[in-house]
Amino acid sequence: MTASTDHKLRRLLGDVLGLKPEQTDGFTADTGLFGHLPELDSMAVAGLLTEMEDRFDIVIDEDEIDADTFETYGSLLAFVKAKREAA
Amino acid sequence: MKPQTYNCPLPGGGDARELVLAFDQGRDMRVLVVPALFDEANRMRRFTVEVMRRLDGAGIDSFLPDLPGCNESLQDIARIEPEDWATAMHAAARELGANRVLAIRGGGLILPPDLGGWHYGPVKGASLIKTMLRARVLASREVGREENLDDLTARGLETGLELAGYALSAEMIRQLQAMAPAPRAGLTVIDQDALDGSPLWLRAEPDESADQADALAAMVAMSIVA
Repeated sequence: MTASTDHKLRRLLGDVLGLKPEQTDGFTADTGLFGHLPELDSMAVAGLLTEMEDRFDIVIDEDEIDADTFETYGSLLAFVKAKREAA
Repeated sequence: MKPQTYNCPLPGGGDARELVLAFDQGRDMRVLVVPALFDEANRMRRFTVEVMRRLDGAGIDSFLPDLPGCNESLQDIARIEPEDWATAMHAAARELGANRVLAIRGGGLILPPDLGGWHYGPVKGASLIKTMLRARVLASREVGREENLDDLTARGLETGLELAGYALSAEMIRQLQAMAPAPRAGLTVIDQDALDGSPLWLRAEPDESADQADALAAMVAMSIVA
């Protein structure tokens, strides 16, 4: 499950950012997201959240999300994994 | 491609001329294109017109009307309900003599009656609203204002709410929350998987994809020929 969560999350970010798989394959846990990628504004993050709910079959409450969640690829992946384990 | 207008009935009576982008050579196949809604309309517009160019090349006429309150329309969107959009699309279909419909995303929620055709990337009204509510919560947080989804939803249903730059009425929000794509005889649903690429409505920046436009136009054109 862990490997596929990682793979699916990379693909989803690629969809939102318009990046090819070979580019998102290069993401590391420290790759900066919100605040580092100017195109990732509130509308894009909102779309990302809705799509995360669909693709990972989870429900995300806004209170669970803060700036740290989207700080890096690693923090976002950890969030999704925790949500999936709780589901 | 030529800009023209259609006669759009307005809520409470009267009508207005609204814009239509038209590829019209008086051919047999005439496709009404119902656009995506709200912020997605902007991100999908170029793609939508690119699909229409390809249909034109394949010998098919197509028409992309403005929804009242959107794009070039001078109507106040705060006075519009989804039903008014469906009425507008019905009027456009009749005036333009459309015999098929191609709905993009949320456009599939406001189809004119009776027309068969295609619905690309179906989405529930509630999903569109939720995404816009989230964007508002996130944007407010960035400027140090705490809002939450439940309070905003309650307020929206009571007095209306500005979402993604659109002043939506309480009735607009209430109706959209309950709207979902309905199966219709003669209406083929085309999911993103069929286009073999990532969905353009998700993109942070408006983008385009010639391959996806080719794929969607080919599906439409081939099913007409078949």
